[in-house]
Amino acid sequence: MKRRRVAITGVGVACPLGAEKSEFLAALAQGRSGVAPIRSFPAEDLEVRIAAEISGFPPEGFFNAKELRRMDRFTLLAAYCAEKAVADSRLDLDALDPVRAAVMMGTGIGGLEEIISQHDALLQKGPGRVSPLTVPRAMSGAAASLVSMRLGLHGPAFSVSSACTSGANAILSAAWQVRHGMSDVVLAGGTEATLNRLTLSGFINMKALSRRNDNPSGACRPFDQDRDGFVMGEGAGVIVLEEMDRAKARGAEIYAEVLGGAMTSDAFNVCLPDPDGRWAARAMRDAMADAEVATERISYINAHGTGTKAGDEIEAKAIRDVFGDHASGIPVSSTKSMLGHLLGASGAVEIVACLLSMRNNLIHRTLNLENPDPACLGLDFVAEGTREAGLDCVLKNSFGFGGHNVALVLGRV
Amino acid sequence: MSSVAEIVIEVIAEKMGVPKEDVKPEAHLVNDLNVDSLDQADIVMELEEKFDMSVSEEEAAKIRTVGDIIKYIEQHKS
Repeated sequence: MKRRRVAITGVGVACPLGAEKSEFLAALAQGRSGVAPIRSFPAEDLEVRIAAEISGFPPEGFFNAKELRRMDRFTLLAAYCAEKAVADSRLDLDALDPVRAAVMMGTGIGGLEEIISQHDALLQKGPGRVSPLTVPRAMSGAAASLVSMRLGLHGPAFSVSSACTSGANAILSAAWQVRHGMSDVVLAGGTEATLNRLTLSGFINMKALSRRNDNPSGACRPFDQDRDGFVMGEGAGVIVLEEMDRAKARGAEIYAEVLGGAMTSDAFNVCLPDPDGRWAARAMRDAMADAEVATERISYINAHGTGTKAGDEIEAKAIRDVFGDHASGIPVSSTKSMLGHLLGASGAVEIVACLLSMRNNLIHRTLNLENPDPACLGLDFVAEGTREAGLDCVLKNSFGFGGHNVALVLGRV
Repeated sequence: MSSVAEIVIEVIAEKMGVPKEDVKPEAHLVNDLNVDSLDQADIVMELEEKFDMSVSEEEAAKIRTVGDIIKYIEQHKS
């Protein structure tokens, strides 16, 4: 079978920088940080008291009472974004063969909020008071299945879980699903809502998080020599992937084409990346090979760029290794410098950032990069502010605990 | 203090997201209020907690209408 082309025709986002694509784009263009003191739960006694929270989600009236009761926050986020993405794509779901439409939703953890609250009920009130909705709310496949239910899609619907690469992993898998003719439309993305005392304490004790409580907007400093860790966030991003001929035939506005991608595993350590970045580099190289795009054609790299000591240094090295002499001429920026780290949703929301950048001819900055780390030298991190630029091909990196590496190439149509 | 009927109606209306006027004693849970088995388990649990009682599975299975729930609680609450 001929390799089919894959178009992206819609986006939906709910993140600390906005729950509408226009808000998100404005925040990216302005270089605004979404990090602030934690408001949604008591954090006074914790060593980290800042995070990137979404305020006012879900919007009043978007879900009915039964839906609110049936879904954990990570599922609500996915369902909201999926609906926004479908509306954005102007896709007529009734005109689809529903079995040819799939849902692939990345989540690193799933319904942990629900597990925590029901475990509290178990300990405090006893087994007879554990909600009968515990399992359907907590299961990590809930986001994908609820999206299929709400939209009436009858193709495969499943969750993809690979820590912080989950969202990018889901989107690349979805692109291949369309490329190889197994589905005509896939709603794919990532969702994560695990901002709570348990997860935060785990990350604090792992020494993974920035402790700049007195300077929230300056806390996430990818590639800066004074970076001291990432900032936890929550949110979701969902996109509509569609077979190209179909998208063109219905006159869809196409954000970009998924030209190709690759996934590799470090097989090294559950938290630390391979010290040489070999497999991250291999993912980038293989993604460009899969896309049939030479290094010279990449006009922008959206980094994984979390703001951790080891991660940023190794990513910078991997980019230098892959791009060689071209490396210094390619703008590289980290959306997390503003957005925080949305864990399993990060790759998906950052892909939405790339799509909005491509459509609006801009490259957002890397915020808080004041003193580039000598170990990250040789790259153009767009530290000074937003740039205007026509983007032909964009490389997106996404890495995760467990040694997962995903790289994806998006092309202008 | 609210009557048993008022509390039952309030819980069902809140759980199902419907106006209290729709939750009449004669309303059939499945046919009129779209209550499925999970909803019913959830509603019964909340009422057990509110009235400090427990409803056996056999008793819960006999419930058909809002009125059945009200009557059961009135007869069995401590």
